[in-house]
Amino acid sequence: MATSASAYENDIKNLKATELTLGLPGTHLQQNVPIIDQEKSSASSSSNKRPLQLSHEETSPAQDCGSKCSNIAKNTDDDAAPPPSKAKIVGWPPIRSYRKNSLQEQSEAAGGIYVKVSMDGAPYLRKIDLKIYGGYPQLLKALENMFKLTIGEYSEKEGYKGSDYAPTYEDKDGDWMLVGDVPWDMFVTSCKRLRIMKGSEARGLGCAV
Amino acid sequence: MNYFPDEVIEHIFEYVGSHRDRNALSLVCRSWYRIERCTREKVFIGNCYSITPERLIQRFPSLKSLTLKGKPHFADFSLVPHGWGGFVYPWIEALAKGKVGLEELRLKRMVVSDESLELLSRAFPNFKSLVLVSCEEFTTDGLAAIAANCKRLRELDLQENEVDDHKGQWLSCFPDSCTSLVSLNFACLKGEINTGVLERLVARSPNLKSLRLNRSVPLDALQRIVARAPQLVDLGVGSLVHDPAMETFAKLMTTMNKCKSITSLSGFLEVTPRCLTAMYPILPKLTSLNLSYAAGIPGSDLIKLIRHCKKLQRLWIMDSIGDKGLGVVANTCKELQELRVFPSDNIGQHAAVTEKGLVAISMGCPKLHSLLYFCHQMTNAALITVAKNCPNFIRFRLAILDATKPDPDTNQPLDEGFGAIVQSCRRLRRLSLSGQLTDKVFLYIGMYAEQLEMLSIAFAGESDKGMLYVLNGCKKLRKLEIRDCPFGNTALLTDVGKYETMRSLWMSSCEVTVGACKVLAMKMPRLNVEIFNENEPADCEPDDVQKVEKMYLYRTLAGKRKDAPEYVWTL
Repeated sequence: MATSASAYENDIKNLKATELTLGLPGTHLQQNVPIIDQEKSSASSSSNKRPLQLSHEETSPAQDCGSKCSNIAKNTDDDAAPPPSKAKIVGWPPIRSYRKNSLQEQSEAAGGIYVKVSMDGAPYLRKIDLKIYGGYPQLLKALENMFKLTIGEYSEKEGYKGSDYAPTYEDKDGDWMLVGDVPWDMFVTSCKRLRIMKGSEARGLGCAV
Repeated sequence: MNYFPDEVIEHIFEYVGSHRDRNALSLVCRSWYRIERCTREKVFIGNCYSITPERLIQRFPSLKSLTLKGKPHFADFSLVPHGWGGFVYPWIEALAKGKVGLEELRLKRMVVSDESLELLSRAFPNFKSLVLVSCEEFTTDGLAAIAANCKRLRELDLQENEVDDHKGQWLSCFPDSCTSLVSLNFACLKGEINTGVLERLVARSPNLKSLRLNRSVPLDALQRIVARAPQLVDLGVGSLVHDPAMETFAKLMTTMNKCKSITSLSGFLEVTPRCLTAMYPILPKLTSLNLSYAAGIPGSDLIKLIRHCKKLQRLWIMDSIGDKGLGVVANTCKELQELRVFPSDNIGQHAAVTEKGLVAISMGCPKLHSLLYFCHQMTNAALITVAKNCPNFIRFRLAILDATKPDPDTNQPLDEGFGAIVQSCRRLRRLSLSGQLTDKVFLYIGMYAEQLEMLSIAFAGESDKGMLYVLNGCKKLRKLEIRDCPFGNTALLTDVGKYETMRSLWMSSCEVTVGACKVLAMKMPRLNVEIFNENEPADCEPDDVQKVEKMYLYRTLAGKRKDAPEYVWTL
């Protein structure tokens, strides 16, 4: 302890020795700071390692400064392994709990828009989460995969021409609409359920005025 | 000393507003002290336990406006257990008893009961302005009392409070005769409000300049309300979710077009990206934009929006904007002074921010003076560049999500980078550190950060020397908060007199022992040294050698407080 106290006093006397210049790390700074270097040579030379565990004179290796610290310290024992970025530390990152709770509520409230999907002739229905699709192409592809069929491409004039199937949905007003007419965002908020129509009924819808 | 009669000095003092200047005036001589205290109308108390309300009232008989702060800053991050303190009721009670002509009350991190709001609403006939920031324990019943009884209310500003919403109609409690509202902010309320009542309130408030709605106000109501208040300067949007009825949306756009005065925009507590286009008419005039609660807006939409905001001075945004988006901000917002980038919850999403975004900002926005930046990584080279480009920083707060991450390019600690910041930014008043840091960074801070008033440290340092460099070097230090650092008794006890020059010191999960805290408390009677022992039973006296989990000390003229909960020991 005595050595560090006098070294500390020297630090204060020799302020000039520690003059800082703007420059990239690892440049001439080291030779200007002889006193600090002396201290540091006894500590870990590899700056990967968390200095906490090694250089502290008073504590025994087993002690740690709080359970939270030790989690980080223990993890850096592995050579050159960076601390895990997902370690759950209370109060880190330092975000106000109000903000955290608010965003959490938002994401919970915004959780999945699940709608039933029925297909003509199928014995049971399926359910999908509209939120996970970025747009119509992804949705149609998912439906094609789910029911092992081809729906094809949408066109404003002719619907899903050339296909035996037409994807339709029931909107908030209870009307059955062709999937693809309205913008995706509007569709997601107004779609209550999906129905994949088959056969002549499907073709008829596509040609409606 | 005085060559002028008192009236003249009084008159001169009228032009001195800031409480710091006023404090300085009062120290000049006895008669200035006397004149100053009799004429002071606004008082700021940074720690509600530093003085008793009675003493305050005695010194400042003309008190009209009071600002109080309660819990320590780290309470924001759940580090202060429930029930610690910061109750406002005794203050309101004392002010009422002392017949103070209170007009304005601003509280931060305090416990505000409905009872105190009730008393507040009845005891001060001239009461005009209530601002509550990060407070808790009140409900909409308390707000109803304020609405009903404060006949001259101009401002009701609720920011990020935890409020219990009791389905009551607090908004309806504003009487028809209330036409004086200038500012109404209830964005933090979670419950439904009657939009019709709100519309009528807005319609009869011709002076309304600031209105911030909560999530329950939908798009169509927003349109009707804003249509009634084209004079608005500050708008907080509640919910902006796409309505299948295109007509309402078009109406909103037209209404926004008529708002020629809006310079500040916030809210978006619930938003569909497409709906943002409704805001485009007002973007070119905006000086302040807060999108930090608008989760789920893709970076591309944020970028499109920002391109229209050439006059922006303050921007709060989520990191979904990405480094590329920050580049767009740098190119567009040349007047930018304050930037806050918050982390979105999207772990695994590639569009987050790194040192690159910050460097871009520093190159494009020379007027930047306040920064809060949550990022995935930072390099020394980047910090050195930022220091060179922006020497005007007053507040620099960096929060790397992985708290002890070194410079990923060199694997070095970030000592040199932060060292460059403090050396270059001579006016720096507030600094928050993160990343891997040794004692060296504190040596630099002690040497160069001459104006530093508040320092936040987490998971940094190697030995007591680190803390000593700071305590010894930063002459203007007022608030020091430390968590999870290897600073111990030597650091704590070397210069005990220092703490009377500061407002407070927080140390948690460090190496300080109970015995050392006792020594400190004994040596410094005008400090309250509080230790929190949440895990021990209340009657169990801890060993002197035991490490302290949480310690909070502050200077005070009020002595040991009487409202501390069981787990708090004031030594």
